[in-house]
Amino acid sequence: MGSSTAAHDGADRHGALGVGRRDLIKRSAALGLISVPTMGFLSACASGGGGDDEGKAKAGKKTAKNPLAVNDSAQLEFVLFDGGFGKEYAEDAVKVYEKNFPDATVKFSATQKIQSTLQPRFNQGTPPDLIDNSGAEQMDMGVLVGKDQLADLTPLLDAPSYDDPNKKVRDTLRPGIVEMGQFDGDKVWILYYAYTVYGVWYSQKALDSLDEQYPETWDQMLAVCAKAKKKGMAGWTYAGKYPYYIPFSLYPMIAKVGGREVLDAIDNLEPNAWKHPAVKACFEAYYELQQKGYVLQGTPGLDHIQSQTAWAEGKALFLPNGSWVENESAKVIPDDFALAVSAPSGLDGSDKLPFGTIWASGGEPFIVPAKAKNGAGGMEQLRIMLSEASSKNFTGKVKSLTAYNGGTDGITLTPGLESGVAALDKAGDNVVNPRIQDWYVALQKEKIGVAGLGEMMAGRITPAEAIKKIQGFADEAAKDDSIKHYKHQ
Amino acid sequence: MQHGKYRFIVGFLAVPLGLYALFVIWPFIQSIYYSFTDWTGLSPEFSMIGFSNYERLLDDDVFWKSLQHSVLFAVLVPLVTLGLALFFAFMLNVGGRRRRGGPVISGVRGSSFYKIVYFFPQVLSIAIVALLFAFAYNPDSGAINSLLRAVGLDGVQPLWLGDPNLALWCVMAVIVWSTVGFFVVLFSAGMASIPADLYEAALLDGAGRATTFFKVTLPLLWDTVQSGWVYMGILALGAESFAVVQIMTTGPGGPDYSTTVMVLYVYQKAFRDGQAAYATTIGVALLVVTLAFAALVMKLGRRERLEY
Repeated sequence: MGSSTAAHDGADRHGALGVGRRDLIKRSAALGLISVPTMGFLSACASGGGGDDEGKAKAGKKTAKNPLAVNDSAQLEFVLFDGGFGKEYAEDAVKVYEKNFPDATVKFSATQKIQSTLQPRFNQGTPPDLIDNSGAEQMDMGVLVGKDQLADLTPLLDAPSYDDPNKKVRDTLRPGIVEMGQFDGDKVWILYYAYTVYGVWYSQKALDSLDEQYPETWDQMLAVCAKAKKKGMAGWTYAGKYPYYIPFSLYPMIAKVGGREVLDAIDNLEPNAWKHPAVKACFEAYYELQQKGYVLQGTPGLDHIQSQTAWAEGKALFLPNGSWVENESAKVIPDDFALAVSAPSGLDGSDKLPFGTIWASGGEPFIVPAKAKNGAGGMEQLRIMLSEASSKNFTGKVKSLTAYNGGTDGITLTPGLESGVAALDKAGDNVVNPRIQDWYVALQKEKIGVAGLGEMMAGRITPAEAIKKIQGFADEAAKDDSIKHYKHQ
Repeated sequence: MQHGKYRFIVGFLAVPLGLYALFVIWPFIQSIYYSFTDWTGLSPEFSMIGFSNYERLLDDDVFWKSLQHSVLFAVLVPLVTLGLALFFAFMLNVGGRRRRGGPVISGVRGSSFYKIVYFFPQVLSIAIVALLFAFAYNPDSGAINSLLRAVGLDGVQPLWLGDPNLALWCVMAVIVWSTVGFFVVLFSAGMASIPADLYEAALLDGAGRATTFFKVTLPLLWDTVQSGWVYMGILALGAESFAVVQIMTTGPGGPDYSTTVMVLYVYQKAFRDGQAAYATTIGVALLVVTLAFAALVMKLGRRERLEY
């Protein structure tokens, strides 16, 4: 049974009856070919047709209470990234919108799958009115801007703020927020709602037990690490599988040592930007940690959660990370941990910028699509969220600062958040904001991060080799015309 | 009867062929079309740019690395998986010692228990398996390094997924572990249908286990092995390798591009970098590799069918 002869017999028998198996296959293949339509029809497929202005909500009446002239009966659609910050803060803000515009309905949804939910809608030209484009499925901002998919948020920034009609929204924001929303030129495409402090995170209690202060120079850093090592504690650990966490403390250190221009040159993909002596000195400093055995054994194989857990268990002293770590690792951080963040240590007294120079920038990027039906409504919703009350609500609920400058009075701050606020105070104007992270995601993450810094911190390449490799990647990216290039203004 | 037969056949075939054309052929054609455009995947506008994407592909080091790894996956993973599965299935069904009064052929002692054990990984989704192994490979507190420490090998503490020389092998091992059970069961079923008298005759002629395997079992099982080979190869080129690389590895795709595979690269280009058109170009290359693989296996594996 099932033999080839039997099959032949069968075919012959059918053949005698009329349509043989072979004929049948031939004909169905032909049928398949006919059903392949022409190329013209093709273009109207996955990418859909372009949208236009029809269907957009009419502008409402501009009043003091409604400076953006929102149509008070138009529907507003708001899609939120349902991540570490949850959705409650946005729901609360939506309630305010509904109260202010009783005739309007708000269609609010929260998802982790931003890109899979919204990419088709951008392709069809029917995006929602306000989006929190965040998380692992973030849509590439550079492409969205480059393809004119986003609305300019300047009207929002120039509108009077929610709390004080004499102050523009623009003037109520923390430093760097407006610039971060710009890509090329003056238009502001993105409003980052959360405010993240990056730096070196540690347990004040562990540092106290070593009888040490947070080290301000690299010699002190090495001394603290040596002391910790004697007590069986590693100096550093980091998300070895995602080494693009290292820049959170390395980049501001480069700025401290060599000045802001060095980071700007790196962001601008200038030739030889990475060959600056400050970059070399900082790379060598980090490499020394590895060479002297101050990095927790096995770190290159840990992911972010595993490294944070090892650090919270007291296996390592310092961790380069962002202010979300307090929320993300809340379950493993002991109650008496005394979480604190510090600006990175510098090299020595000859550094260009003072100790305290820190990386802080926006998180949770909110966008209003250019083709949104009710773009004004989306901006008004953002204006509400940037009020002091909404900002306080956010900070109180999710332990993070917002883009609103202030909003921490009268609420109890968690240890990490409190130390973040203190670090920002200490930094003053010396807040840096490397843009390479949002301008060139692939370059920053897998090339500089994984293939460059990751290899160096695992001890597999030397700082000189790492710099050569990274400069090569940067040059490649500068030449690559399939990505959009940006420059600091 | 004669005059109505076309209508009859078309009536039966129209729906399945239509579905196949719509959901299989049509997307293929579309993606080939898109590979000639500059579509970002984030806006409806795009224009034709000819062969630029293909030119770029030829100069793309990461693409060549991912191709190399994918080919390695397609060759090695089926080889190891099917080899192991054949060995296990043989031992479970045929390889046992003759027991007095028992059947002519039987598996090793406790074979029915082993069968369940081997099949067990199959009930776990590949995502869970990958996550479990990511924990096991944790160099600090993972099961493997803890075991090494427990037996006194404190000096041997590899970084596993963190080591560019080991990472790819770690990933392959997970795929083998999770799929070998399925093939053990498949081959066991195949072996069960081989008549016992063939084995009896071989035994009478004085054949040992190895000879029995190579001269009797393998030739009679060849069809099953061949389709298993194609199936496993396609899995290793596609879904399985994507899942494990994406979930387990550094980056993902690293360290230093040591585990990147074509499917992962397609995903990253389309959904991280907003270069959907370039992603479809890589997809077309993947299609070519998959077709070439299937054709090669069919060609190499062609043998006279045996009747029994």
